[in-house]
Amino acid sequence: MSERPQDAVALVTGGSRGIGAAIAGALAADGWPVALTYRSGAQEAAAVVAAIEAAGGRAVALQSDVTADGAAAAVLETAREQLGGPVLTLVNNAGVREDDLAISLDDERWQRVIDTNLTAVFRMMREALGPMLRARHGRIVNIASVVGLRANAGQANYAAAKGGLVAATKTIAVEVARRGVTVNAVAPGFIATDMTADLPKEFLDGIPARRAGMPEEVAAAVRFLASDDAGYVTGSTLYVDGGLAA
Amino acid sequence: MSSVTQEQVEEVVHKALESFGADPTEFAPGTTFESLDIDSLDLAELSQIVDEEFGVTLKGDDMKQIRTLGDAVSLILERAA
Ligand SMILES: NC(=O)c1ccc[n+]([C@@H]2O[C@H](COP(=O)([O-])OP(=O)(O)OC[C@H]3O[C@@H](n4cnc5c(N)ncnc54)[C@H](OP(=O)(O)O)[C@@H]3O)[C@@H](O)[C@H]2O)c1
Repeated sequence: MSERPQDAVALVTGGSRGIGAAIAGALAADGWPVALTYRSGAQEAAAVVAAIEAAGGRAVALQSDVTADGAAAAVLETAREQLGGPVLTLVNNAGVREDDLAISLDDERWQRVIDTNLTAVFRMMREALGPMLRARHGRIVNIASVVGLRANAGQANYAAAKGGLVAATKTIAVEVARRGVTVNAVAPGFIATDMTADLPKEFLDGIPARRAGMPEEVAAAVRFLASDDAGYVTGSTLYVDGGLAA
Repeated sequence: MSSVTQEQVEEVVHKALESFGADPTEFAPGTTFESLDIDSLDLAELSQIVDEEFGVTLKGDDMKQIRTLGDAVSLILERAA
């Protein structure tokens, strides 16, 4: 079982709010120095860093739009410089939804969701893999969704991106498994965050657990997949969904 | 970059191959990567190391043409010149 190198650091995209903020907190509590990225929420990101520091952890907030050209390589390098070690845990959490029925879903909204939720994640993985392969240790966790597996009307763009993300996760997992690098997905169901704030409460009736999940419950799954204990888990998708996909 | 010598390139390539688990007693210009059990992921990693050390970018197509250690060293030297 390969142990994480001493100077290893973690990076969480979209760590300023919601699930990403909880993931950053959970990894920091597990001893990871954490770089969390955000697009526009500088104040929220600073508050997440302050909370981690107050709990005795180390974190930095980095502004970086995941869809910008060259963003992946640049943010990985900045994290390495600021935290003093290579990014050996990468959590691709930043994501957006722009729902509409397919018949009225325009090219722009299709493309924006694919760019953010799929293409940007691929680029982050590609740029992060070199140092992980070199270190013979790496953990990539991609935040997918039950909507990658189960249909949800009005989310053709989101479902295509998340389904594609699970497929890419499995493919890359087998490419790098022999180097101690694992690549997994976590598929949340209905989690109480800004992203779901506008959804009707009746939604909960369809969930076997009859409640929304908490960001911390998703973060706990990510914390496990990033740990040394999870070294033999790769190419898998862990559902955190109150039974929704069962 | 003309200051890069054959010895320097060989040293970097040999060190990388050894870290991939290849047997250094087998290293010679005519040795094939296949006989050393060096696979496509190893070659992709080698190309990243070469890029960092010498600023030489080797693409997928280049890597396909490289069969022996000698091929790799000559191509890197040619690109670094
Ligand atoms: N909530 C759910 O029920 C649920 C269910 C399944 C899957 N998920 C997935 O879980 C992940 C997190 O969702 P959430 O509910 O926590 O979302 P959220 O509350 O809306 O937070 C999204 C986060 O992503 C960041 N972000 C968005 N676009 C970005 C970009 N282009 N570049 C960099 N950062 C960007 C945001 O940063 P700013 O604050 O700067 O905008 C924010 O930190 C997403 O991938 C989502 O698809 C969520």
